[in-house]
Amino acid sequence: MPREFVISGLRLFWSTAIMNEGFSEAPQRLVEDKKDTILSMTNETTKMSVKVWRGDKSSGSYQTFEVPRQENQTVLDVVTWIQQTQDPNLSYRFACRVGMCGSCAMMVNGAPRWTCRTHVNKVLDGDTLEVAPLRNLPVIKDLVADMDPFFDKWVDAGGHHAPSASRYDDMPKISSDEPERAEANKSIECINCAVCYAACDTVAQNPDYLGPAALQRAWTLLNDKKVDDHDAVLEKVSGKGGCHNCHSQGSCTLYCPNGLDPMRAIAGLKSATIKRALKRGG
Amino acid sequence: MIKTHRNHPLWYAYALHRISGLALVLFLPAHFYVLSLALTQPERLDGFLHWTEIPAVKFAEFGLVFLLSAHLLGGLRLLALELLPWSPKHKTLAALAASGAVLISGTFLLNAV
Ligand code: SF4
Ligand code: SF4
Ligand code: FES
Repeated sequence: MPREFVISGLRLFWSTAIMNEGFSEAPQRLVEDKKDTILSMTNETTKMSVKVWRGDKSSGSYQTFEVPRQENQTVLDVVTWIQQTQDPNLSYRFACRVGMCGSCAMMVNGAPRWTCRTHVNKVLDGDTLEVAPLRNLPVIKDLVADMDPFFDKWVDAGGHHAPSASRYDDMPKISSDEPERAEANKSIECINCAVCYAACDTVAQNPDYLGPAALQRAWTLLNDKKVDDHDAVLEKVSGKGGCHNCHSQGSCTLYCPNGLDPMRAIAGLKSATIKRALKRGG
Repeated sequence: MIKTHRNHPLWYAYALHRISGLALVLFLPAHFYVLSLALTQPERLDGFLHWTEIPAVKFAEFGLVFLLSAHLLGGLRLLALELLPWSPKHKTLAALAASGAVLISGTFLLNAV
C-alpha cells in the first residue's frame, strides 16, 4: 500500500531526527564538556530573557531563562544552551542544524521559524525571546510538536509517487525547460518543516484542511509527466479539505524558510480544478 | 488578534475582504427590504428617503460604499490570482484594490457634501 509505505518512510526519516529527550542517557561527561566549551565561548556581559514553553499535551506554561547573548547565535543555539546547562529535561527536536532536514521548526516570538538558521539578532524583541512548539499541531512535550497530522495530510493529498511505467520501460525524457517541469521545480525543495502549516490561519480554523505543504506537493505531481493519473491528483485536492479552502492570505509563502511559494501552487490547483469541473460540465 | 504571523499586507487584505463581506451580508437584506417598499408602500419609502439626507446617515453610506467597493475590487484581485496566469505582484494589487475603494467611496462622500 503506497500510503503505509509513505507513512513508514516519513516516520523512519523522522526517527533519525534527534528528539532530544532530557531523560536520554547522554554520557554525563559529554554534557560537562559541552557546558565548559559553551560557557567559555560566552560573553557573560549581556543576557537576554528567554521564555520557553514547558508542558505536554494537556497543559503547560512559559519558563523564563536568562541566556548569555553572543554575536553569532541561532535560536537553536539558545535552546541547546538551556538544555545543556540549565535543564536537561527540556525536550526539543533537531537533526542537521543546516536547514536541510526540517525538524527544528518552532514558534519564535509568535512566528514560525526554522530555528537552526534563525539568528537571534533577527528576531529578538528588546531583550526577550519567546520560544514555543509549532502552532496548529498537538504538543508532545515542551518544544516538540506532534508532526503526524502534518504528514498524514501530506499523504491524503496524494503525496506519493504513483508510477506509470515499470522498470522494464524506458525512462521518459523530460527536459528541464519544459514549462510543466519548470513549474514543478519551483516547488520541489520542500523540507517538510511545517513552518507554512503553522503560519496558516485556514489550517487553524479547519482541521480538515490539507494545508500549504501537502497541496504544494500535489501541485508538483500535477506538473510531473511521470505521474499518469493527473485526474486522481485533482480529485484528491478538490474535496472537503482541499485547495478551495485557501483564503490566499499568503502567510505560508511569507514564512517558508526555503523561499517556496505554496500560495502560488495552491492558486494553480484552484484554477486546474475549476477547469476540470467546467470540462466535466459541473 | 493581530499576532505576529498575521502582520503582513495580504493577511490584512484577507481581513478586509472577510469583514466587508460579512457587513454586506448584514446590510443587503435591509437594503432589499427598503427597496421593496417602492412597490408595497411608496409613502413609507419617501419618508425613509428623507431620513437618508441626515449627515450621519450619509456618512454611514460612505462606509457602505467603501465596504462594497473594497469587496468588489478585492474579489476581482482574488479571481485574478486564482484564474489568470500567476503574477507575484499580489501586495501591489491588494494595495491598489484598497486604494481604489478609498477613491470610489471618497468620491461618493465628496459628492454627498
Ligand atoms: S495562502 Fe492558503 S495555504 Fe497559504 S497560509 Fe494562506 S490560507 Fe494557508
Ligand atoms: S513549503 Fe516551505 S515552509 Fe512549508 S514545509 Fe515546505 S519548506 Fe517548510
Ligand atoms: S535542524 Fe535541520 S532544518 Fe533545522
